Amino acid sequence: MYWAAATALLSHWRRHPVQLATLLLGLALATALWSGVQAINAEARASYGRAASVLDQNRLAQLVERDGDLISADRYALLRRDGWNVSPVIEGDVRFGRERIRLIGIDPLTMPPEGQSVETAEAQDLFDFLSPSGLLIVSPATAERLEGQTAMKLKISGQMPDGAAFADISIADRLLARNGGLSRLVVAPEQALDLGRLDQLAPGLTVRQAGDRPDVAQLTDSFHLNLTAFGFLAFAVGLFIVYAAIGLAFEQRRSTLRTLRALGLSLSAVTVTLMVEILVLALVAGLTGVVIGYGMASLLLPGVAATLRGLYGADVPGTLSLRPEWWATGLGMAIAGTMISSAQSLWRVRNMPLLATAQPRAWARASARSARFQLVAGLLLIAVALTLSFTGKGLAAGFGVLACLLLGAALLLPAILSGFLSIMQGRSSHPLAAWFWADTRQQLPGLSLALMALLLALAANVGVGTMVSSFRLTFVGWLDQRLAAELYVTARDEDEASRLRIWLMDRATTVLPIWNVEGEVLGETLQIYGVANDPTYRDHWPLLRGEKDVWDQIATGRGALVNEQLWRKKGVEIGDQLPLPGGWSVSIVGIYSDYGNPKGQVIIGIDKLAEHYPDVSRLRYGIRASPKAVPALKEQLTGEFRLPSENVVDQASLKQQSRGVFEQTFAVTGALNIFTLAVAGFAMFASLLTLSGIRLPQLAPVWSMGVTRRDLVAFEIARTLALWLATFIAALPVGLALAWVLLSIVNVEAFGWRLPMHVFPADWLQLGLVALAAAGLSILIPLRRLMAVGPSELLRTFANER
Amino acid sequence: MLLSLRNVSKTYATPEGKIEVLKGIDFDLPAAQSVALTGESGSGKSTLLHLVAGLDQPDSGQILVAGRDIAGLGDRGRAAYRRSDVGLIFQQFNLIPSLDVAANISFHARLAGRQDTTWETQLIETLGLTSLMRRYPEQLSGGQQQRVAIARTLAARPALVLADEPTGNLDETTGDTVLGLMLSLTKSSGAALLMVTHSPRLALMLDGSVLLRSGRIA
Ligand SMILES: Nc1ncnc2c1ncn2[C@@H]1O[C@H](COP(=O)(O)OP(=O)(O)OP(=O)(O)O)[C@@H](O)[C@H]1O
Ligand SMILES: [Mg+2]
Repeated sequence: MYWAAATALLSHWRRHPVQLATLLLGLALATALWSGVQAINAEARASYGRAASVLDQNRLAQLVERDGDLISADRYALLRRDGWNVSPVIEGDVRFGRERIRLIGIDPLTMPPEGQSVETAEAQDLFDFLSPSGLLIVSPATAERLEGQTAMKLKISGQMPDGAAFADISIADRLLARNGGLSRLVVAPEQALDLGRLDQLAPGLTVRQAGDRPDVAQLTDSFHLNLTAFGFLAFAVGLFIVYAAIGLAFEQRRSTLRTLRALGLSLSAVTVTLMVEILVLALVAGLTGVVIGYGMASLLLPGVAATLRGLYGADVPGTLSLRPEWWATGLGMAIAGTMISSAQSLWRVRNMPLLATAQPRAWARASARSARFQLVAGLLLIAVALTLSFTGKGLAAGFGVLACLLLGAALLLPAILSGFLSIMQGRSSHPLAAWFWADTRQQLPGLSLALMALLLALAANVGVGTMVSSFRLTFVGWLDQRLAAELYVTARDEDEASRLRIWLMDRATTVLPIWNVEGEVLGETLQIYGVANDPTYRDHWPLLRGEKDVWDQIATGRGALVNEQLWRKKGVEIGDQLPLPGGWSVSIVGIYSDYGNPKGQVIIGIDKLAEHYPDVSRLRYGIRASPKAVPALKEQLTGEFRLPSENVVDQASLKQQSRGVFEQTFAVTGALNIFTLAVAGFAMFASLLTLSGIRLPQLAPVWSMGVTRRDLVAFEIARTLALWLATFIAALPVGLALAWVLLSIVNVEAFGWRLPMHVFPADWLQLGLVALAAAGLSILIPLRRLMAVGPSELLRTFANER
Repeated sequence: MLLSLRNVSKTYATPEGKIEVLKGIDFDLPAAQSVALTGESGSGKSTLLHLVAGLDQPDSGQILVAGRDIAGLGDRGRAAYRRSDVGLIFQQFNLIPSLDVAANISFHARLAGRQDTTWETQLIETLGLTSLMRRYPEQLSGGQQQRVAIARTLAARPALVLADEPTGNLDETTGDTVLGLMLSLTKSSGAALLMVTHSPRLALMLDGSVLLRSGRIA
């Protein structure tokens, strides 16, 4: 009995293969998008973790020889004797057979815990590490490369970046033949109070401060956050398809279910059968989805890797390793998603009266009551989104706004379209036009889920596209502003700096000092920069707001600029007095954008800086010169002036690189956009195909009254295009709102800075064309079906044998 | 003569082979006359009606409507003919489900460019549809639907009304009322009527009747 019942229910899928394919493909695509994005994020995060473990030492301040020489062991001993808590590092490239490796030799006994990147806590490990034969700590990939190339013991650590190895300092000294010469000394954060002055103890050594570059994690987090949001959205769009397909399958099996119940099958047996069926479908589709997602991620990851490497200097391998947790989360999402989208159908089955007559088109007619409920729920959600966006605090509120906005807009769409169509119907004077609009409205219930999915996909495209483009425009523009000088030079000592100034006098247009001190302002340790009174700043500096004579006030020393982060975090305003270290204060006259910097920053006039902080290091300079002269100047600085090349940075090439990287980012988001749109197009196709099966009785009367079949086909095309177009137009404001939320709420809450929004109507046009093409594709097969219908098939609808 | 059929034949190709349904029909219908088309099931009554309505094409022969042969018309020509010259009433699914009763009734007349609101109002009142104007077809009973279909057809003032068992789906009392209304209104509109029916009783209510047997008019 039970098996007979199960077979009866399952035979539905054999008779409706397209429906089954729709369901499986929809779920698989949704899972693929989700797990693909997760895979990219996980891989990137894992490799930041690895890179950070090595960089962690660099997070601490370091002592290095000013001229780049090695530090002698005597100096190190001297500092230690004086009570300096420093730890030696030897770093260099070493060859093992054919393999070249970055070797970092550390002293685990003196290395401060913040710099201990790899666990050597186990006694045996530490013993091996310190043993004369030595131990190399390497990543799994590096271990493979070194296989057979060295006799040294290898310890594999997932935290290591590829191509690098940790070893004990004595081993590194031997392998690199340094004879006691040290590369640098790591300075522990905790130091005794009564230390001797560095310039007396060890002249020639300078402190390299930690965190000289923008925090990689901060900027990349922004990128990943947005990717995750995108992945989730795509998943939601996919679930619409699943929801529609399952709902249809359940409706069509109503009479079967009723018969089975009448034959004495218990309600729980029916429910269990249906649950098992859904679970099996979810598993099959979920597995397929994870595989597709993996393929997608490995296609996209090289692009993402290039983006992150170029943009933030974060090293991500371009290849993907298969992690078991994806299988788990991917499948979990698929099953949870299917369960959620079939909950309503299951609930209906449980409450189905045993005797009610079958209503073949009930699912498509979606009673007026549920339409009203949708409208109310949609309005409520939009209201919540609005309220949250003005009153909410924190990242969770930001995501709450996103969710409410999108869901609310999707729920409102059918009501809005229906209103639009009945207005159009009322305004049409020709009977065929009126019929066209009325008939389109009649199709709405059957299409509304697909249209909602389309709305979300289009809105996501507009929203994320706007965000990425705004990000690019702002970031590149900001780079242009911040890096206005053609060349940045860092002298090795004060002596060299003054010689440099003189040397540059007749070779450069302007030499701008870039001096800064660190100090405590409003309870936060931050950088205070001094700037010269120069058009470079007046014309370029990225001011968000400021008084008219900002630069005059800075030049005279009365005013200061603060960055956006400080402004937002501390709530200071223009006109406020800002107390600065040393017991003086200036008035805030402007606020500037400072993307990617997690900390606050203050800018004052260079004279004031020198006056209040006389021992400021005067080593860095921005050089303005004609772009044509830059290569030669660079050449001379490194050649004649013998500056190490890393002390002379040519900003033009840096900018170029950044721009190239953004094109990569575009490729990634573009691909994700296309995927999401494809999912929505597929949903539309599935719905149109289902509807085409019940179309004939609706078209036959019109045909019989003198409309050719050709014209009816043309009307079908126009109808689909009209619905797509209306949805596209509705998606524009939703997408812009989405972008606004991402840029102005989520980003601010997450990272402390706000990106200005730029609008790109040309991109919309392009998206519109893509959507149009998808619309054309989605109606192709249903239309071919309609065109193949002959007069006798149409006529049959009027006869009683139907 | 409003309608003249000359030697009209129609064959259907089916998996079991060709069926010759109509084998040379000759038939005349004067203007403003009503004729019942009878015959047993499968004799080809509906087929003949569809050919006259321009919904399908005969294999050979002429179908002259007011002297014009519609058998030779293309898709577009036949559509125009249906639009302006004939009115059709079928057994069911005559109405456009997405339009309300009011819009359904005026649809054909407006399509033909012949809307006459006085005449329309008269039809609506006579057929007792006044209170149903805002309803949709699915909210009507079978008899109500057929009354709307009659109003819709006659509102367009076609010269020729073709009906295929218009009351076949209704019970006898309702069917008789609806048919009575149809006959009197067709008469007063001055249209000719060709109506397919199984029932000799109903056939008697018309001006004349013809019998279709073995593909010919008997
Ligand atoms: N499209 C078609 N393809 C093939 N055969 C057809 C088609 N339409 C009708 N026939 C066949 O042609 C014959 C006549 O059909 P038709 O519908 O004209 O009969 P009818 O007289 O209207 O019958 P009824 O009184 O049952 O409505 C039947 O045998 C039918 O099976
Ligand atoms: Mg028939």
